[in-house]
Amino acid sequence: MEIIKAENLVYKKTSSMTDKELSYCPGCGHGTAHRITMEVLDDLDAIKDTIGIAPVGCSVLAYEFMNIDMQQAAHGRAPALATAVKRLWPSKHVFTYQGDGDLAAIGTAETIHACNRGENIVIIFVNNGIYGMTGGQMAPTTLPQMKSSTSPNGRDVGTMGHPLKMTELIAQLPGVHFVSRQAVHTPGGVRKAKKAIRKAFEQSYENKGLCFVEIVSNCNSGWKMEPRASNVWMEENMFPYYPLGDIKVDGELVSK
Amino acid sequence: MKELRLMKGNEAMAEAAIRCGADGYFGYPITPQSEVLEYFMAEEPWNRTGMIVLQAESEIAAINMIYGGASTGKKVLTSSSSPGISLKQEGLSYLAGAELPCVVINVVRGGPGLGDIQPAQSDYFQSVKGGGHGDYKLFVIAPSSVQESADFVKKSFDIAFKYRIPALILSDGAIGQMMEKVELFEQEERLTDEQVIEKYGSWATTGKTADRERNIITSLDLIPERLEDHNKHLQAKYAEIEANEIMFEEINCEDAEHIIVAYGTSARICQKTVQLAREKGIKLGLMRPITLWPFPKAKIAEYGETKKGILVVEMSEGQMIEDVQLNLNGKIPAIHFGRSGGVIPTPDEVLIAFEKHFM
Repeated sequence: MEIIKAENLVYKKTSSMTDKELSYCPGCGHGTAHRITMEVLDDLDAIKDTIGIAPVGCSVLAYEFMNIDMQQAAHGRAPALATAVKRLWPSKHVFTYQGDGDLAAIGTAETIHACNRGENIVIIFVNNGIYGMTGGQMAPTTLPQMKSSTSPNGRDVGTMGHPLKMTELIAQLPGVHFVSRQAVHTPGGVRKAKKAIRKAFEQSYENKGLCFVEIVSNCNSGWKMEPRASNVWMEENMFPYYPLGDIKVDGELVSK
Repeated sequence: MKELRLMKGNEAMAEAAIRCGADGYFGYPITPQSEVLEYFMAEEPWNRTGMIVLQAESEIAAINMIYGGASTGKKVLTSSSSPGISLKQEGLSYLAGAELPCVVINVVRGGPGLGDIQPAQSDYFQSVKGGGHGDYKLFVIAPSSVQESADFVKKSFDIAFKYRIPALILSDGAIGQMMEKVELFEQEERLTDEQVIEKYGSWATTGKTADRERNIITSLDLIPERLEDHNKHLQAKYAEIEANEIMFEEINCEDAEHIIVAYGTSARICQKTVQLAREKGIKLGLMRPITLWPFPKAKIAEYGETKKGILVVEMSEGQMIEDVQLNLNGKIPAIHFGRSGGVIPTPDEVLIAFEKHFM
């Protein structure tokens, strides 16, 4: 029986994603994070008014997949680019899409200062606790005792430092209006993450300040696990350290 | 109406940027160029023309703000001094790779390292040879007066947009700090957003409208053959700039037997040296490269056929001398004389050095 009919269509790929095959590993959360970001821009009818900034890392090629005007930044500098774009084009939506190495290591200064200035931009921060693209090295967000190619016996916090909770850190800054931490490994998680991203775009566009959404994600390749196991590992290990939920809403820290 | 003012070189560059319709300045304080940012903040160009000004958290952030702003077709500039310009080299490489128009000002101070805050010309190599990674060039222009400091801001933006190349104004602590009379050009209108889209919409990231493909600004290309093609494209553009945009000035060169080659502050000092030499009956001339890249190669080569020798005077331990020697190709001797570390040579000591080597 032929079921591919227009009336049976309940969901389709947004035209705001290109037809280019994703370069991400099967099982990785990046593709979903890309898609919901683009769907939010569709829903807001904002494609023509959006400028995105791609980072260095796994999502360095985000501009090949997101069908919008984009710039590719030097490692860690995306918030500086976004700052200038938004100030020169205040009527545009401007966002960065960055991983944990990009945002929380080499780009720490640019991230904190863009947040502190209250730039009216969105930062989407995909945290998978590892440098994926370069082959699984320790990231600032790598968990204690977690193994990586540069912490082969596990992260020793005594010598390698502690995982950096950038999201909690920047939530303290008065320039930051909305901060949320989400995940995209379940349908419910995807819906919540999309809602948070939408809120971030809406509120930064209303010039309320910087809006920041962290997506805790898996890196099954870097973690050396098959995709389902990596999601279970993420729930059991990443979520206790990086708890999901809103951290700052309407400029006020959410009390736990 | 043209306007005469007494200004520092640093202030004149800031005022010139406002007047030529710049859209944004992003900078970070460092001596001896902080007056650029200070002038903007006092002048509040956002009230005059709508130009925005932002004090960044670092030189690195500032050059990346330039990358972001230039990627949207807006007219943006930054300024710094030597150690800060070193920090900007990664950004300059990206800007060159992505073919973005912008203006960067370097008010050079003594080095290496933190060095000092006095005038120097020891950033020549970094400026003209591509201070960052990869095969690229910047348009490099060296003012020798406050007037030229102002005029070259406009010139640099024109070149930057004509060729989609970053332009570097190589000033120094003397020209940046000294006050001179400057005739300011009239205020030009800033482009509206609509005009920016009309002029640069074929490449700039201004928001993807339904009638065009998305615009992407990147210096990344993972296919080696394609990246090589891009490098060839850049080289072809550089060849065009070399063919069309060389600027230099000759003073008393026609009958001269020997030539001093010097730029910026050194050229001003050597003008006096030439005068002192002429008073003694020595046929000495001065050639001042104004664009350091593209370098006046042919003129230097011509001296190889027509003159007896060249003294290259720089406030460094010898950098531009290499380009002079390269283009003379051994035809006549070229000798370096320089003071460094922020020391400014006197006209007399240049003459003594000249006589020692060539008389």
